[in-house]
Amino acid sequence: MMQFMLLFSRQGKLRLQKWYIAHPDKLKKKITRELITTILARKPKMCSFLEWRDLKIVYKRYASLYFCCAIEQDDNELLTLEIIHRYVELLDKYFGSVCELDIIFNFEKAYFILDELLLGGEVQETSKKNVLKAIAAQDLLQEDEAVEGALHDIGLL
Amino acid sequence: MNECLETILNKAQEPPKSKKVQHSNAKNAVLFEAISLIIHNDSEANLLVRACNQLGQFLSNRETNLRYLALESMCHLATSEFSHEAVKKHQEVVILSMKMEKDVSVRQQAVDLLYAMCDKSNAEEIVQEMLNYLETADYSIREEMVLKVAILAEKYATDYTWYVDVILNLIRIAGDYVSEEVWYRVIQIVINRDEVQGYAAKTVFEALQAPACHENMVKVGGYILGEFGNLIAGDQRSSPAVQFQLLHSKYHLCSPMTRALLLSTYIKFINLFPEIRTQVQEVFKQDSNLKSADVELQQRASEYLQLSIIASSDVLATVLEEMPAFPERESSILAVLKKKKPGRVPENDIKDNKSPTPITNHNNDVNNTTSGSADLLGLSTPTTQPENIGNTGVLLDVLGDIYGGGKVGDTRNSSGNTWFVDNKKFVCKNNGVLFENDLIQIGIKSEFRQNLGRLGLFYGNKTSASLQSFSSTLSWPDENATKLSVQMKPVEPVLEAGAQIQQMINAECIDDYTDAPVIIVSFTCNKVSYKITVKLPLTINKFFEPTEMNGESFFARWKNLGNTNQQRSQKIFKASSPMNLQVARTKIMGFGMQLLDGIDPNPDNFVCAGIIHMRSQQVGCLLRLEPNKNAQMYRLTVRSSKESVSVEICDLLSEQF
Repeated sequence: MMQFMLLFSRQGKLRLQKWYIAHPDKLKKKITRELITTILARKPKMCSFLEWRDLKIVYKRYASLYFCCAIEQDDNELLTLEIIHRYVELLDKYFGSVCELDIIFNFEKAYFILDELLLGGEVQETSKKNVLKAIAAQDLLQEDEAVEGALHDIGLL
Repeated sequence: MNECLETILNKAQEPPKSKKVQHSNAKNAVLFEAISLIIHNDSEANLLVRACNQLGQFLSNRETNLRYLALESMCHLATSEFSHEAVKKHQEVVILSMKMEKDVSVRQQAVDLLYAMCDKSNAEEIVQEMLNYLETADYSIREEMVLKVAILAEKYATDYTWYVDVILNLIRIAGDYVSEEVWYRVIQIVINRDEVQGYAAKTVFEALQAPACHENMVKVGGYILGEFGNLIAGDQRSSPAVQFQLLHSKYHLCSPMTRALLLSTYIKFINLFPEIRTQVQEVFKQDSNLKSADVELQQRASEYLQLSIIASSDVLATVLEEMPAFPERESSILAVLKKKKPGRVPENDIKDNKSPTPITNHNNDVNNTTSGSADLLGLSTPTTQPENIGNTGVLLDVLGDIYGGGKVGDTRNSSGNTWFVDNKKFVCKNNGVLFENDLIQIGIKSEFRQNLGRLGLFYGNKTSASLQSFSSTLSWPDENATKLSVQMKPVEPVLEAGAQIQQMINAECIDDYTDAPVIIVSFTCNKVSYKITVKLPLTINKFFEPTEMNGESFFARWKNLGNTNQQRSQKIFKASSPMNLQVARTKIMGFGMQLLDGIDPNPDNFVCAGIIHMRSQQVGCLLRLEPNKNAQMYRLTVRSSKESVSVEICDLLSEQF
């Protein structure tokens, strides 16, 4: 099972975090800080896996953004790389060539997409199409609500 | 299923359909899972060998990730007897990747694999390669490599001279990373094998001649020459005086601990070579030793000096006899390695059918280790003169005194013929009377050293009739027994009138625990049966080793440990008896930690430091007790590197005031 996923920039700024196990905030901060510094210190040619405490860390850099996942001992590292890649593909499809700014400004969408892809630390939907469909439906719902709300405000409804 | 696995392996051979990394990633993910399944099944030799060959191809793959994973999986393969030989074919490539790989984590995997694939046939080569590599190895993996080399060398040594060479090389190359256990172990082995003693003495003598040598080398050299220096004394080049001069030339560069060891070596020289006695005495007499600021050194110097002046050669020979052989037991180094990397140490046992490591259950181990570690860790005891720990006569004498002055502990829930005793004062006390009534008196004397404890219980029959069907059983839940192992010797079923018997209990602290074991003593006297439940004074604080430190380092540690809430525990409580600082002082001193005076600005406050020894770890512990005379309240703060320990220590001590 994946324990958590972190997205951070090359400057070490945390952009997105998703925890599938419960930790107190303090510990989360500590883990994040520790991992960011270790991963940023690694050179580009080094391998994407590292042992950390009793977990395995799988990370990959896409442009200026690092995607980092912690998995348990008996999980498959290559598969985790695939999951990361799938997530990046989804973001790319949704935002249309995604960049760091997209994730900063539309972080809720990034979380929604992640939630559609992973559930409780395991892949729940392998099809890119289905994920995007669900997100599109969600957006539609949101827009309707926004319109309704606006109508309310001006007293038309 | 095997067919299915075979298909997967076949597919892996086919050229990739697309050039994309992602495609091969998915394919290889499946392949690696298939290989783990094959390893897990461990039944199809054919599949195992094929898997191994496949991984062998990956070893020279362009992708760092694949190389890493291939090494990791191969590590598991090496432990299977079917594929062990197949893995060995790739030895060259693995050694190469250990040396050439750019990524330290991949190199680390290569080292792990080499460790796992080592057996009798290739041990010498692998150990040599690892030693060569160690000189340039990354700092982060050096310590682990040192441990691994030491273990492999020991395990597959057919010729112990080779083993001695390897370890001495190890100390020479990476002295800083050689832990205590490693050199303890080499000394144990040298002492236990007569055939290498002379060789070892000669080699360390040569190694010490290097102008700069590591302190660990001095320690090993000091110890071995002290024991077996006589074996090489025949040669003019290594005559007693030369040996002594050589060791002493290093003396001033060493830490107090090594100096203490060297002083012991010197006194042993007096016994081995009476001709250099005056030279050695001169050294003892030097101000820097006899008036050393270090108490340990001062004591050793003065005691050894007196010993060498007063004692006759017969006495000297007995006192300074060669160390007895150490009991054979599982290498302590292995334990260290396992502790460092739980779950990550590849097993290296599979192929080793000739000399399986003796797995003693830890109850028996308690006895062995008490004598074993006590001897080697002679540094922690003030004198090295042989002292008979388990001497009953001594124990009884001591107890005799206590009987006079001892008071009976508070008894609770006592009704009719059963009693329950939980005597809190024994938290700060090792000896005394645990329980006493008209029928029986139960006394205790206990000793603790590192993580081991030995308790003597004394049952005295005070009646004029004999106590029948006398039994004493231990009640200590299994879950706790894995943290504190307690072993009791049985007692005779009859306790004659006016007689006293003793029962020995051995305890070993494995992990931190709360509470303490209970014994149930039952007997019948004049056809009435009685039952006494006594809580043993085996609380965790008994495994404290006092630690001396100055104010600066105390506060640095104190601050350090206070950073997270988990490590500290605090209690504010009302004094149960009128505050008497002198009494409190005695209690705290008995608690086991080192009382540090002059550190706290307020002289009334107590500040202590200590280390709890457990088999699995050591937990440093700091404590501060602030009495408030006006309010008759105490504030107790405990900080340690482990939360559960802080809480337990805080609870235990707070009940004392």
